[in-house]
Amino acid sequence: MLHIVACIKQVPDTKIIKMNPKTNTMDRRTAPAILNPYDAHAVEEAVRLREKYGGTVSVLTMGPPPAVKAIKKCIEIGADEGYLITDRRFAGADTLATSYALTKALEKISKTKPVDLVICGKMTIDGDTGQVGPGIARRLDIPPLTSVNKVVEINKREGYAVVHRKLEDGYEVVQSALPCLMSVEKTINEVPYSPFPNMLKAARYEPHIWSVDDLEDIDIKQLGLKGSPTIVSKVWAPPKPEGGTIIEGSSQQQVEHLLSVLLEKKELFQAKEGV
Amino acid sequence: MSEKFDCIVVGAGPAGISCAHELAKGGAKVLLLERGEYPGSKNVMGGVLYRKMMEDVVPDFWKEAPLERPIVEQRFMMMDKESAVTVGYKGMEWGKEPYNNFTVLRAKFDQWFAEKAVQQGAVLICETVVLECIVENGKVVGVRTDRPNGEVYADVVVLADGVNSLLAQSLGFHKEYKPDEVALATMEILKLDKGVIEDRFNLEDNQGCTIELFGDATKGILGTGFLYTNKDTLSIGVGTLLSGLIKHKIKPYELLEYVKNHPMIRPYIQGSEPQEYLAHLIPEGGFNSMGRIVGDGVIVIGDASQLVNAIHREGSNLAMTSGRLAAETILTAKAAGDFTENMLGLYRTRLMSGFVGQDMQKYKDSTHHFDKFPQYFDEYIPMMNRAMSQMFTVDGTSKWDKQKKIWKDLGGTKEKMKLARDMYRAWRVIK
Repeated sequence: MLHIVACIKQVPDTKIIKMNPKTNTMDRRTAPAILNPYDAHAVEEAVRLREKYGGTVSVLTMGPPPAVKAIKKCIEIGADEGYLITDRRFAGADTLATSYALTKALEKISKTKPVDLVICGKMTIDGDTGQVGPGIARRLDIPPLTSVNKVVEINKREGYAVVHRKLEDGYEVVQSALPCLMSVEKTINEVPYSPFPNMLKAARYEPHIWSVDDLEDIDIKQLGLKGSPTIVSKVWAPPKPEGGTIIEGSSQQQVEHLLSVLLEKKELFQAKEGV
Repeated sequence: MSEKFDCIVVGAGPAGISCAHELAKGGAKVLLLERGEYPGSKNVMGGVLYRKMMEDVVPDFWKEAPLERPIVEQRFMMMDKESAVTVGYKGMEWGKEPYNNFTVLRAKFDQWFAEKAVQQGAVLICETVVLECIVENGKVVGVRTDRPNGEVYADVVVLADGVNSLLAQSLGFHKEYKPDEVALATMEILKLDKGVIEDRFNLEDNQGCTIELFGDATKGILGTGFLYTNKDTLSIGVGTLLSGLIKHKIKPYELLEYVKNHPMIRPYIQGSEPQEYLAHLIPEGGFNSMGRIVGDGVIVIGDASQLVNAIHREGSNLAMTSGRLAAETILTAKAAGDFTENMLGLYRTRLMSGFVGQDMQKYKDSTHHFDKFPQYFDEYIPMMNRAMSQMFTVDGTSKWDKQKKIWKDLGGTKEKMKLARDMYRAWRVIK
């Protein structure tokens, strides 16, 4: 029986978000908060492993109280339990402070039910760093397996896991000791339309909510803004792409023109492996 | 078999949420299903929320609901191509508690309202489409959703699935609506500075104004336009019978563009930026288009049962009242353990004897009448504009002569008889 903990984050939907033109930062009020898309794949993978080997899937997140919604989304996907750590003292955390807080919560979860596997999305769409997963692994002193796009085997009795790690020109097969941490690619699985009983469970589910004071052996100085050495020196918008052609004319002419361009440049549209 | 509820409400709009709220408050186990990402994400209306019917569900709601502005002024513009006759009423009594009506943005408001139902104990599930009612021995016993293992059961299913109500249709409660039974409304939400809105519409902070547009706003097609003030946006839209659009070969967005560029409207919205574009069907067949609304284990409420008073642009209030009455009936049925059509028929009785049924009957011929006789919109409104222009243009003609000219412009005896007959007819259908 495995105990898998998926670390997830609620993020603004960056497909919709508007940038503040003065500060070049995201105006978070302009976009709805969603479950980080990579994390949905992490939770789905955890659920599939549970189906295969038995056990429990827990999800853990740090964030403001509305992040409960992201946990509910994970329950819809099939997670069993959810934990939210929320406290003003966590606010303003960079990846270092975030991995510290999540590690402390993971240690607390482990006390009641030892954790065999921590699973994360490859990165968040609002930060794009991919550092929190490996940060947690380092702090827990377990092997980090990044860019995982297939889990071949989990063998709890023998204490190992075998995965495929995505590389630029293929993949490598890695065997690691358990417990370990995986951060997964979107290609690892497809998240299906959740079954109705899960929706019912999620609608009623109330996660465990912990503040800083609920965590043990915690060093306040390593939390939030205080615990975040990252300095953002400059933020700028990428230059807008120049050039381009506007195709005009009747629908018929436009389609013909577009087709001729596509055929001329067809090598651009062939599938490429790797990043 | 999956879990069983006392009641499943399909559709989280004003009708469905009111119903779920009242059922949960009455101690029933309620499931509220919504196809949109969240309640309000797919819901559209011009934007007037009626205080009285809302208050019947959530007392003192204005203290916490995300409302835009209390409406203190209602104007009606009878528009010709380059002129308009305007009447209106503004009263400060509408600007303070308990208020009269409010402008709202549905995406925000419905979300809040659904949350109130959840707080009462209703279970809300979004992003789930109900494919069909599960019928056993002629009785509706549950619904089948589009999700895996998607069957769910209840003693009563309430259909609040909106204007086309495919679910009620598939039960044989009504036929597919014809183009002269539904209106297509298109609207935009325009971003405009709060101070600019207040200057242009002669408002103070936390005061709102609604303007209903008739005549040239719809190019003479049966329908109306509207321009409503929100906090820092304007809602502008136009709705016409689908049959009118088809007959005149006009696309709905062309009509909206036409209104936005109309010289009577343009100055109000100048410099604003479109933020959202919405379109929706409105059931306007009225009483005569209402199908069956009660069956064994099933009740139909709101737009799904054609509850719209097109003449008074009322809909959400009828929806809320129907939802509340359905809930009361279901609670009575639950106490009696009887969910047959006979028992649930109490809903129809209550609905039709109250203001909803009375208004539906009062205006039952109005849409049909104005559709059949288009001259009200395309002849008489321009006539009214010409008369006003004549009367108030100071050009040295005596007022007696002006009156004579206006009288003459109405046409010969035959035209005057027709006008008199039409006015009498109009009076008959709305009296």
